[in-house]
Amino acid sequence: MSVTGLATSSPAPLAASAVRSHGYWSGVGRRILRDPVTVGCGAILLLIAAAAVLAPWILPADPYRTSMLHRLAPLGSAGHLLGADELGRDMVARLVYGGRLSLMLGTLPVALAFVIGGAIGVLAGFAGGWLNMVIMRSLDVFYAFPSVLLAVAISGALGSGMSNSIIALTVVFVPQISRVAESVTTQVRGLDYVEAARMSGASAFTIIRAHVLGNVMGPIFVYATGLVSVSMILGSGLSFLGLGVKPPEPEWGLMLTTLRSAIYVNPLVAALPGAMIFVTSMCFNLMADGIRSAMDMKA
Amino acid sequence: MFGYLLKRLAYTVPVTFAVTVVCFLLVHIAPGDPLNAVAPADAPAEVVEALKAAYGFDRPLPVQYAKWLGRAVNGDLGRSVASGRPVSGEVLSAVGNTLLLAVVGGAAGFLGGTLLGCLAGYFHKTRIDRLASALSVAGVSVPHYWLGLLLTIIFSAQLNWLPAMGAGPGGSRDWAWDLAHTRHLVLPAITLSVIPMGIITRTIRALVAELLSQEFVHALRAKGLRHGQVFAHVVKNAAPTALAVMGLQLGYLIGGSILVETVFAWPGTGFLLNTAIFQRDLPLLQGTILVLCLVFVALNLLVDLIQPIIDPRMRRN
Amino acid sequence: MSLVLHKPAADRGGPAQPLLIVGGLRKHFPIRGGLLGRNRGAVHAVDGVGFQVGKGEILGVVGESGCGKSTMARLLARLIEPDGGEVIFDGDGVGAADGISIRDLRRDLQLVFQDSFASLNPRMTIEDSVAFGPRIQGLSAAEAMRVAHDMLGRVGLEPSRFGGRYPHELSGGQRQRVNIARTLATRPRLVILDEAVSALDKSVQAQVLNLLLDLKAELNLTYIFISHDLNVVQYISDRVLVMYLGQVVEIGPVDSLYRDARHPYTRALLSAVPSVDPERRTRHSPLTGDPPSPVNPPPGCRFRQRCPHARAVCAAALPEPVEIAPGHRAACFMADPASGYDSSPTEGGR
Repeated sequence: MSVTGLATSSPAPLAASAVRSHGYWSGVGRRILRDPVTVGCGAILLLIAAAAVLAPWILPADPYRTSMLHRLAPLGSAGHLLGADELGRDMVARLVYGGRLSLMLGTLPVALAFVIGGAIGVLAGFAGGWLNMVIMRSLDVFYAFPSVLLAVAISGALGSGMSNSIIALTVVFVPQISRVAESVTTQVRGLDYVEAARMSGASAFTIIRAHVLGNVMGPIFVYATGLVSVSMILGSGLSFLGLGVKPPEPEWGLMLTTLRSAIYVNPLVAALPGAMIFVTSMCFNLMADGIRSAMDMKA
Repeated sequence: MFGYLLKRLAYTVPVTFAVTVVCFLLVHIAPGDPLNAVAPADAPAEVVEALKAAYGFDRPLPVQYAKWLGRAVNGDLGRSVASGRPVSGEVLSAVGNTLLLAVVGGAAGFLGGTLLGCLAGYFHKTRIDRLASALSVAGVSVPHYWLGLLLTIIFSAQLNWLPAMGAGPGGSRDWAWDLAHTRHLVLPAITLSVIPMGIITRTIRALVAELLSQEFVHALRAKGLRHGQVFAHVVKNAAPTALAVMGLQLGYLIGGSILVETVFAWPGTGFLLNTAIFQRDLPLLQGTILVLCLVFVALNLLVDLIQPIIDPRMRRN
Repeated sequence: MSLVLHKPAADRGGPAQPLLIVGGLRKHFPIRGGLLGRNRGAVHAVDGVGFQVGKGEILGVVGESGCGKSTMARLLARLIEPDGGEVIFDGDGVGAADGISIRDLRRDLQLVFQDSFASLNPRMTIEDSVAFGPRIQGLSAAEAMRVAHDMLGRVGLEPSRFGGRYPHELSGGQRQRVNIARTLATRPRLVILDEAVSALDKSVQAQVLNLLLDLKAELNLTYIFISHDLNVVQYISDRVLVMYLGQVVEIGPVDSLYRDARHPYTRALLSAVPSVDPERRTRHSPLTGDPPSPVNPPPGCRFRQRCPHARAVCAAALPEPVEIAPGHRAACFMADPASGYDSSPTEGGR
């Protein structure tokens, strides 16, 4: 990875280095591929995501079609391998389609918070001084709210709906990511190579782009990957409370709440959506751990 | 040390103030007129005006805030729109139930986490470690509302051992220390203990494994101390961090129990919050969030103040 | 030749103009504390430092750790703002209205740090690191890379073998060579080396020192060489400046200063240098105790609490530097016949 774009824009004739050693990220990639747990979890997540995206082409059943006849059909019944829900809709279809919104609830808020919080934190960390203090002290206010309460309060105020859930979760994660970004940027800012870059007359923007971002992205990214599972549990939890995705959309948290009435009749079917959330969030957590240990190994 | 305590106390003041502002504004970022919950959609204009004046919604926001804050300081959080009862009374009885659940669940999680963490750290990189680590990952990955549902399915619906709903027999809202009430506490407390259990296990495992590899431990071993004695030293060194993490977790449990309370219809703040949101009962919503946040801020303060007492390293400076 | 593309700034003042004149340079770091961040005093890191550096000269700077050497280096490079004093670079006042701007100064002045690893971006190949400066100065990517390869070759690192490597793949000595190449790639006229060889093994140190001497001749450089190692400073320097608690206590040509040091601090430092000669072995440490705190130092000579020759006059006023030999000055009352220093034995002195 050439951070400066020095060698990439026009390959200098002399730059034909005989030994171009491997960069940091390719090393991380190799270490991740050597870890069976991380690879396995990645494969499961890819499978769930691919199935969710390709659902209309690979699934015969319609996740919205109700049928009074098949209400709460048990596992393994004809035409409904995983049974049917309280309105007779096919559980296989709803679980696969449900991955769409649930995965989005896990990844989108974290991705948004990564961009917003990362920018705030890097800015505060690089600027230092009073600007840093103003930014970080304002973010401290959010730390006075337990994250679940903050998400519930914002969703409750904004009203239910997928986009409001995403906004609420993003607001929850921005201060956390900002804090991590600020602390790693403050560390990097004090290193000699940043001073050396200042000595060469580079502007603050160039220094951030060439010398700071490449070195702070890793830790921020690792922290953010750990939040994906939290985001998914919280996002589905909002739907479970009735504050998130609205019926009849298939979403695992919402399905869990609509099937609550079935726990006495058909407990196995009722527990399925939660099992999906559990498996997915576990895979995200294990993968985050794998990425973290792959990136911590410094030569 | 004294300077640190004073600084930490002083820092709480602006945070608390900001929390009240956010709680107040939260209701006003809501789309639509806050009156919609009170007045029917087809109410005549003069009735709407009268109601506005009665609730003070016709004044500018800063004035409304100042009045609200002034009353809140005196313990008056307004009246619930839905039930007509004072919000403070409803919140206080609910906070008691939430605290009870959080403390019992937190204590269970802390004990389980400490045990698993010590085992995993002591038997670092063995099968025991892997099992304990797997349990800890499962603990932080499990959607606890689903776990609550599973426990209900198994222990209430199938085995019929424990009640599935409420805090006491016959829908009792007030806690009493007897067998009937305690039976109601078991499932929600176990459900709530899972997340702190996972986090404490991780923290303690890392601490113990790191401490065991440090030179002072080699020195203790070289001095001829037995395993148990060495481990006592390690535990002494790990305790302050573990307690600090637990203190923070307890705070999160108080705010985070809303989902578990909903699953078990536990008459705590989470349940109250849920009701307030769906009935668009704004005074109740505001009051509940405010009280929860204040409890959370106070808990964080307490953790920071206690830490230097149990951690000698923090006593300097 | 890549150097045709990329020349150092022209010599503006002529050979007789000192490249750097520093006068009254001062930096106090305030210590804040208490509830409201009250000012509780200040670390007098650099307190009224003045000296000159001639063109093509090597000025060695020595002193114990914490004496303000590194702060001075950062002040000269304007990585931190001085509280007072002036710096004149080749006849132009730095930051003055009619002088040289900070931006232009940084083109002419570069810094080499002690920590060779922290000085290089771990995510950049070393050729990219070396090419960064020239690129910022406006060279095209290809030109900057040619300069980088030229410089890597000059410091003895074959660009085709080493250019694409990352800092962690090099040894400490190789990394410090990269840092020197990176520093010189922007074609500075003055290079400040802040403990640049202190972290290296003795054998590697010698190689790097000789490399520095070669490059100085080749590229027409001037060095300020900061170190706590008196042997290294003696080897490389033309003149030596001794710092104590943010002040210059003695300055002079290297031979004169090492042979005939006049300040008791300099003498103590020199006698503490380990020697292989059994006749010259030191039996007791000439310097006792740690240097006093640089926070709010008392008036008078800063060295007087540790000085075996301290008298009443030393507490009364700060000694001004006096000339002992041509170009050799010491800030001690003992060196100044007009100071009223009483050289009789101590009893009743203080």
